[in-house]
This record gives sequence, structure tokens and C-alpha cells, in this order.
Amino acid sequence: MDLLGWIDANREEIVARLYEHVELTGLAVALGFVISFPFGVLAHRRRRLYGPIAGVTGLLYTIPSLALFAFLVPYTGLSTTTAEIGLVSYTLLILIRNIVAGLDSVPTDVLEAARGMGYSRRQLLWRVQLPLAVPVIVAGIRIATVTTIGLVTVTALIGKGGFGIFILQGLRAFGNNNEATVMGALLSIALAVAADAVLVVCERLLTPWARGGAA
Amino acid sequence: MGVLQELWGWLADPTNWRGVEGIPNRVFEHVQISLYATCAAALVAIPVGLYIGHARRFEFTVVSVGNIGRALPSFGVLALVFPLTFHLPGEIGFWPTLIALFVLAIPPILTNTYTGIKGVDRDVVEAARGMGLTGGGILRTIELPLARPLIVAGLRTAAVQVVATATLGAVVGWGGLGRFIIDGFAVRDEGQILGGALLVALLAVATEVALALLERATAPRGATRAPELEVVPAGSAWGFRAPQ
Repeated sequence: MDLLGWIDANREEIVARLYEHVELTGLAVALGFVISFPFGVLAHRRRRLYGPIAGVTGLLYTIPSLALFAFLVPYTGLSTTTAEIGLVSYTLLILIRNIVAGLDSVPTDVLEAARGMGYSRRQLLWRVQLPLAVPVIVAGIRIATVTTIGLVTVTALIGKGGFGIFILQGLRAFGNNNEATVMGALLSIALAVAADAVLVVCERLLTPWARGGAA
Repeated sequence: MGVLQELWGWLADPTNWRGVEGIPNRVFEHVQISLYATCAAALVAIPVGLYIGHARRFEFTVVSVGNIGRALPSFGVLALVFPLTFHLPGEIGFWPTLIALFVLAIPPILTNTYTGIKGVDRDVVEAARGMGLTGGGILRTIELPLARPLIVAGLRTAAVQVVATATLGAVVGWGGLGRFIIDGFAVRDEGQILGGALLVALLAVATEVALALLERATAPRGATRAPELEVVPAGSAWGFRAPQ
């Protein structure tokens, strides 16, 4: 197998697919977060609603991706929309669970102190609860991102796919283009590891008070 | 004709319920390969997890397997295994699908077995040792029963993931329910695509429900049930089940 030769010959397409892979993933996680955030806050405040919210998103999570894409194709065609609807729906459970867990993790003493200082409910959420929940929420974003990067490869079957396109090319060549398969999978894994590392750095930047270790 | 009518038309067509390409046989193929893969993975991952959790040796391997399993695209595994299995006997697509599913089922079972054994209260283990139990006895009578809910939870995670991913086996020529989706795309038959998707989704949900019931049934009395999907603590983004 001549992986270096393959990389050399496909340099431009690798960059294009990288861009596509990052775009599909980024959009899915961003949209997923925008949807999950109000539901997470709602479920944190009204505990009764947590069960139904987790149930519905859990059901979405169980449906195989290929089946979900197949459901959508008659309506939205072989489009980015189809891919994104599928990808976004898989991020919801992970994100909502971690948003709720993050908000729950804020100690009651801290909440009491902030209330005593005259914080309104909104100020409490934005200035106290969310900053303290950042590590757990970011953990959710990391899982959602790594998961989505793997799932994007499946969207190759509906004409998208980022690095998944290489995997499909190799597959269709019946063993005559194994470089494409191997590189498609390796690039996808590398992207997942890199994205995770970037998010760890983001978390550090968002929580400057956590740096320097325990006093 | 509306999409739902096409779906209904496909489901109601008696020819779709007969023979090798009929729905019952495709369900059978799907369940069969999922069962083989999950059982084979359990036979490997449970003993290894028990050993590592009990002996506390090679613990980094569990973490590494879990990490790699998370980032590994199942579609990629399937494609990677495909050319390596050309010369194996058996129906086309069987071996790559089985091996890919086996590989995917290992991390959740291994991680949960290890975590379950490691999580057993050290005081309980020390008490058992004080009462004269040896390593094997402790593992059999103390650690294994206490870890069982988590091990079954790992099996459930793996099984649901395997059933979902078995759909992709159709891409490499294997049967199963994915066949309807892939073939439906090929001939632009929306009824068939939707029918296949519906059946796969139902099978995945049924697997989840069935194993959740098993999990409840095998939990020791008084023990708290393992969380359905653990919220991963900050700092460890790995060890979560991925949808396939």
C-alpha cells in the first residue's frame, strides 16, 4: 500500500474533504447546541420535563443513521439538509444531558450566596450557573463533536461525507484502492482527536479561574 | 403517490414477505449477524475486562481501546475489513460485516466490565480476603455479582450499536435490513427505502428495550440500576456510546 503516494496524488481533494468534514461537523454541533441549550435549561428548571425530553432524544439516538437518512431523503433529497438533520438529532441527547448535569453540579451554597447578593434568576443563570457548568457542558460538546465526526463518514452514502467519500471510493474499488479506505478512516480519526484537543484548549480559555491547579 | 402510500404499498405487498429477499429472512439475517458479533465480542471482552479489573494490570489498554473505539468510524472499519476478507469462504459481505461489528462491540463491553469490577468497594474485597477467599473466589462470588449490572449495560450498549451498524453491511453486499435501504436507493424505490428504514429503526428500539428489561432483571436486589447513559464527567470525553 502506497499511502504517501496516495496523499501526494490527492492533496487538493484531501483539503476540500477536510473542509467539508469540518463544515458538516461544526454546523451540526452548533445547531445541536442552539437547540439543546433552551431544552437543557428548561429541563433543569422543570425537572418533570426532563424525562420526556430525554425519552424523545434517546429514541432519536437509537435510530440507525442510515435509516434516519433514508427517512429524510424522500423529503429533503440527497442534500446537506438531510445530512444535517440526521447529524444534529444525534447531538441532542448528549448535549442536553450534559447541560442539565452541568447546571445541576453548581453547589447550592453558591446559588444561595448569589441570591443573597440580589442576583435575579437571569443573572444567576448567565453569571453564576453557566460559567460554573462550563467544564461539564464542554465535555458534552467534546463527545458530540467526536461522535459527529465519525457519523459524517456515513453521509458519504447520501452524497456528502467529507473523508467518508474516500472510504466509499475504496469500498467501490473492491480492494483496488485500499489507500483511499485506509486514509479516509485515518483522516477521520485524526480529525476527531484534533477536534477534541482544540475543545480542551477552548475549555481552558473559558475557565481561566480553574488554571494554576488547586491552591 | 404520497410517500406514506408508497411505504404502505411496499409493506402490504405479499411478495416482499416471501423468500430469501423477503422481510422475515432479512430480519433473521440482521438479528443473526448481530447476535454472532455481540456474543463473540462478549466472549473476548468480558474475560479480559474481568482480568484487568481484578488484577489491576494493563489498565491503560482499556482506556486506549475505549478512546480508539469512540473515534473509530464504523463505516471505515467495515470498508477496511472488506478487502481483507475476499478470500474467506462464505457469503459475500458476511465476514467483513461480522468482523466490523465484532470490533465495534468490544470497547463498550470491555470498558463496562473493567469499570464494574474496579468500582467494587475495596473494603468489601478486603473483608472477603480476610474471610479467607482467594483471588478467584473473590472474583466469582463478590466482584462479578456486584459488577453484573454494569456488564449487562455494556452488553446493551454494544448490542444496540451492533444492530444499528449491521445496516451498513448491505453496503458490502451482506443481507440484513440495510439491503432494502441500499437497494431502494439504487432503484429509487421510496417505499422500499422507507420500509427498510422503519424496520431497522424498530429493530434497534426493540433491542434497546429488550436488553433494558434484561438489565433490570439481572440487577441484584437493592442495587441501584446503572445509569442509562452516563453523563461523562468533565475532563473525560470518552467512553460514551456513539450512534451508528
